[in-house]
Amino acid sequence: MTDIADAYSKIVQKRFLFIFLFLVLSSLLSFVNLIIGPIKLSLFEILQSLISPREDTTSIVVWEYRLPWTLMAVLVGGALGLAGLQMQTILNNPLASPYTLGISSGAGFGAALAYVLGIYVIAVPSEFIVPINAFVFSFLTCMLILTIGKIRGFTSETLILGGIAISFMFQSLLALLQYYASEEALQAIVFWLFGSLTKASLLKAQIVAVVLIAVTILLLFRSWKITALRLGEEKAKSLGVDVESLRVEILLYVSILTSVAICFVGVIGFVGLVAPHIARILLGEDQRFLIVGSILCGGLILSAGAVASKTIVPGAIFPIGIITSMLGIPFFLFLVLKGRREIW
Amino acid sequence: MVVVELKEIKFGYNSSDEILKGISFRANPGEITAIVGPNGAGKSTLLKIIAKILKPKSGIVLFDGKNLSKEETTKIVSYLPQENSIPGILTVFEAVLLGRLPHLSWRVKKEDLKIVRNTITELRLEKYAERYTSQLSGGEKQMVLIAQALVREPKVLLLDEPVSNLDMRNQLEILELIKKFTKERKISTIVVLHDLNLAAKYADKIVIISNGKVRACGDAKSVLRPEVLAEVYEVEVNISSSDGNIHVLPLRPLSRSFCSEVC
Repeated sequence: MTDIADAYSKIVQKRFLFIFLFLVLSSLLSFVNLIIGPIKLSLFEILQSLISPREDTTSIVVWEYRLPWTLMAVLVGGALGLAGLQMQTILNNPLASPYTLGISSGAGFGAALAYVLGIYVIAVPSEFIVPINAFVFSFLTCMLILTIGKIRGFTSETLILGGIAISFMFQSLLALLQYYASEEALQAIVFWLFGSLTKASLLKAQIVAVVLIAVTILLLFRSWKITALRLGEEKAKSLGVDVESLRVEILLYVSILTSVAICFVGVIGFVGLVAPHIARILLGEDQRFLIVGSILCGGLILSAGAVASKTIVPGAIFPIGIITSMLGIPFFLFLVLKGRREIW
Repeated sequence: MVVVELKEIKFGYNSSDEILKGISFRANPGEITAIVGPNGAGKSTLLKIIAKILKPKSGIVLFDGKNLSKEETTKIVSYLPQENSIPGILTVFEAVLLGRLPHLSWRVKKEDLKIVRNTITELRLEKYAERYTSQLSGGEKQMVLIAQALVREPKVLLLDEPVSNLDMRNQLEILELIKKFTKERKISTIVVLHDLNLAAKYADKIVIISNGKVRACGDAKSVLRPEVLAEVYEVEVNISSSDGNIHVLPLRPLSRSFCSEVC
């Protein structure tokens, strides 16, 4: 019989291989994303203008449109994948996603406030009014949930039920705004709620990247403790994990991450739900790998969605949120019906 | 070797009623101390207090005469809760490895891998090492959880009904194992049991808890007596002994009025 410690090392190696494969696939899809678009550009032209930007059309197309679009797909997908994973972990629920606690409703309401009433929280350049409003309201949602948790204890039941209540509250407020909105504002809200990468910019991509990297590092430092959380609350406590404060900490990170991700692109569904599940099937429950895997998997799904959104209707960009949901639902059903029972 | 000493532990989930009304006993290294008593007597609560998961209202738990902090307690105590879940997609090796949580860094040390391997081998779980825990039977799962508790090399082992859902063979196997480790490693083992016969067979000391107090404490012979069990469980029992073992045979529940007359 082979030594079991060696066998474990082999499993670990296999996981590194999967992560490497994810990386390769992500890079490939990103290149596809850079190449596809209304103006035909070869990979060589794109690489050339990436390495040494000039003042020509190619460079402008690459730097102003293709690169931000491509980076946003990977980064927002990654952020949603990670946020979904951590929501599933702290709520101990396989159906949790970054939006379970009503963050998306809060963000939607914030965005609608800007579109309909022109109300904004902080005076910023017009490009950032909607994102900042969405960010502030989604973050406010999280603070409300944290307050509920503080009063009733941070159990998954309390958080989920509180999230449902807050979600409905913002949904009805949003409906109210939509009722009074002008036709143009209504269209803008609906389009925002679909989720779209069309407003991507390099600055926005940088902001998402900084937050994603910071949160990833913070979570990786706690990866063993987060894994232990899955053994159940009492067991984790007996292993020396301060369960309550860990939950609050993760909830805070997830809130910031989700808020930053969706404030720029709107509500993109299913990535945050499906990506962690795929990563879990391939990498197991060990958060050292699962954290990285969920990010890469989320990035991969959204990149694929981005490619599809540019190719489904020639000459037009189809809202990516619709695509991820459409592709996500059958895939998710497949996981539920055919997947291994022991996944959760 | 660590002696565990409980002194006048009082506890209540709300301020009005106390479920533990001053519990004191001592658990020695190399011995199994079994806590028995009816449902709701506060046995599980007591284990959580020893593990420092719950704080007592008053009273103190001493480890070798010292009042340890939560962190210090975590280092020497392994606690196996009654309800245990292992997520489906963790292999047996990983589940056991997680038991060494306080020692784990981002890169798993060779020493930790070695201890995990040795524990798994000692518990004869090698053939399951690469299997997912969800593919195991109840008995095997419990074995894994015991491995997870032992891999931390604890000085004090707290087990909450470790055999209650298992068949006879698994019950005996697991308790034999706990006995062996307790003796060999001089662990102070405190175990909550429902089965009085198992308690009599494996425990060096039995503590009967009833109405929040210690009703009796000592070896099986001195503690498991018909009048004590009638009072605590409200059950008429027949107690016999053979091969040096005490056997408890429950006969019938006593009516409450009869019980108050007898007791």
